[in-house]
Amino acid sequence: MHEISLMEETLTIILETAQKENAVKIHRLNMRIGAVSGVVPEALQFAFDVTTQGTIAADAQLNIELVPTLCHCTECNRKFAPIDIIYQCECGSLNNKIIQGKEIEIVSLEIS
Amino acid sequence: MCGQCGCDTTETLKHEHEHEHHHHHRHNHRLVDIQQSVLHKNHTLAQGNRQEFTQRNLLVLNILSSPGSGKTTFIEKTLKTTEQQFNYGVIVGDLATDNDAQRLRSTKAPVIQITTGDICHLEASMIKNASDELGLDGLDILIIENVGNLVCPAAYDLGEDIRVVLLSTTEGEDKPLKYPTMFKGADVVIINKIDLAEVLEWQEDLARENIQKIAPNALILAVSARKDTGMSAWYDYLAKARQAKTQTGYSLV
Ligand SMILES: Nc1nc2c(ncn2[C@@H]2O[C@H](COP(=O)(O)OP(=O)(O)OP(=O)(O)O)[C@@H](O)[C@H]2O)c(=O)[nH]1
Ligand SMILES: [Zn+2]
Ligand SMILES: [Zn+2]
Ligand SMILES: [Zn+2]
Repeated sequence: MHEISLMEETLTIILETAQKENAVKIHRLNMRIGAVSGVVPEALQFAFDVTTQGTIAADAQLNIELVPTLCHCTECNRKFAPIDIIYQCECGSLNNKIIQGKEIEIVSLEIS
Repeated sequence: MCGQCGCDTTETLKHEHEHEHHHHHRHNHRLVDIQQSVLHKNHTLAQGNRQEFTQRNLLVLNILSSPGSGKTTFIEKTLKTTEQQFNYGVIVGDLATDNDAQRLRSTKAPVIQITTGDICHLEASMIKNASDELGLDGLDILIIENVGNLVCPAAYDLGEDIRVVLLSTTEGEDKPLKYPTMFKGADVVIINKIDLAEVLEWQEDLARENIQKIAPNALILAVSARKDTGMSAWYDYLAKARQAKTQTGYSLV
C-alpha cells in the first residue's frame, strides 16, 4: 500500500500550500502519474479519499493525468515510446534511459 | 456547506443560497501551481545520504526481493565469509518482527533494525536515522536489507551505490517480466536457491534471458546462499566495487 504513504506525503504538501494561500477549501488536486511509476491510479484515488477525510480537502476531486513511457536510446540517440516492457528500440538496442514515465507529481491545486 | 463550491459557509455567513454568490470567498476559486514531485523530499535526502557515504568511502548496497527469496540468508553468508576482509554495518527493514536482525546479530557486524509497521518499503530518511544510530565510523560496506516487496521499494532511492535484486528459483523464470520496474533498476541480479533448481525444473537459460531483456547491463549470478555455492563470484564483485568506490568515489557499476 505504497499509495497510502505517497498520498500522505502529497497531503502534507497540498495542505501546506493551501495554508500559505489562506485557502478555506481544496476543490481539486491535479496530479501526473507515469506509466512506470509503480503507482496504481485506482489505489491512489482510494488513498486520496481515505486520507483527506476530516481535512479541508475532503470531498475534493482528484484528477490524474497519465504520463506514457518515453525512452532515449543510447545506441542510436533516438527517442521512442516502448511498445512493451522490454523497451527495445527500433534499432534493436536494449540500452536506453527512461526519460518519461516515472512521474509522481503534484501539478496544481484548486482552492478557495 | 455551499453546494456549489463546497466551501464551509456556516461560520462566515448565513445566507440563502440563491447561487448568485456575492460573498467574497465563493467564486474565488483559484488554481495554484505546485509542479512538485511527491518523491522530491526523498530524492533530496537520498542525495544527502549518498554524499555522506561517499565522503566516508563507504560502499552501500540496497538488497531487494520478494518476501522469502533469501535476502537475510544471503547477507548472513556474505558477512560470515568476508568479515575478516571488510567492516560491515547492516540496516534491516522489516514489517513487524526483528527476526532478521536477530539472525544477523550472530555475525560481528553492528545491525540496526527498522520496523516499518505498515510502510512496505524503506525511505531515505529512515536510512539517515538508522546510520546515525549505527555510527558509520570505520565501516567499509553498509548493507541495507529492504522490505520484502518487489513494487514500491523500486521508487525510493536510499542513497545506495548498488541495487541488488534477488530472484529465487521457487518464484519462476518470468518474475522479471512481471516486475519490470524493479528489475530495470537492478545493478546485480542474484538468482538464489539454485540448489533447488533440479526439483523445480528451473530453466536457467530462460531466466537469464528474461533478466537480460529487462536489465541488459545487470550482472547476473546464480548462487545458493544456504548451501554456499556460487558465492565466490559475488565476493569478487564486492571487492572490486569496494576498491572502485575508494579510488574513484564511484562503485564501478
Ligand atoms: N534451499 C534454499 N533455501 C534458501 C536459500 N536461501 C534462503 N533459503 C531459505 O528461504 C527462507 C527465507 O529466507 P530468508 O533469508 O529469510 O529470506 P528473506 O528474503 O530475508 O525474507 P524476508 O525478510 O521475510 O523478505 C528460509 O527458510 C531460508 O533458509 C537457498 O539458497 N536455498
Ligand atoms: Zn536505437
Ligand atoms: Zn529477511
Ligand atoms: Zn511501500
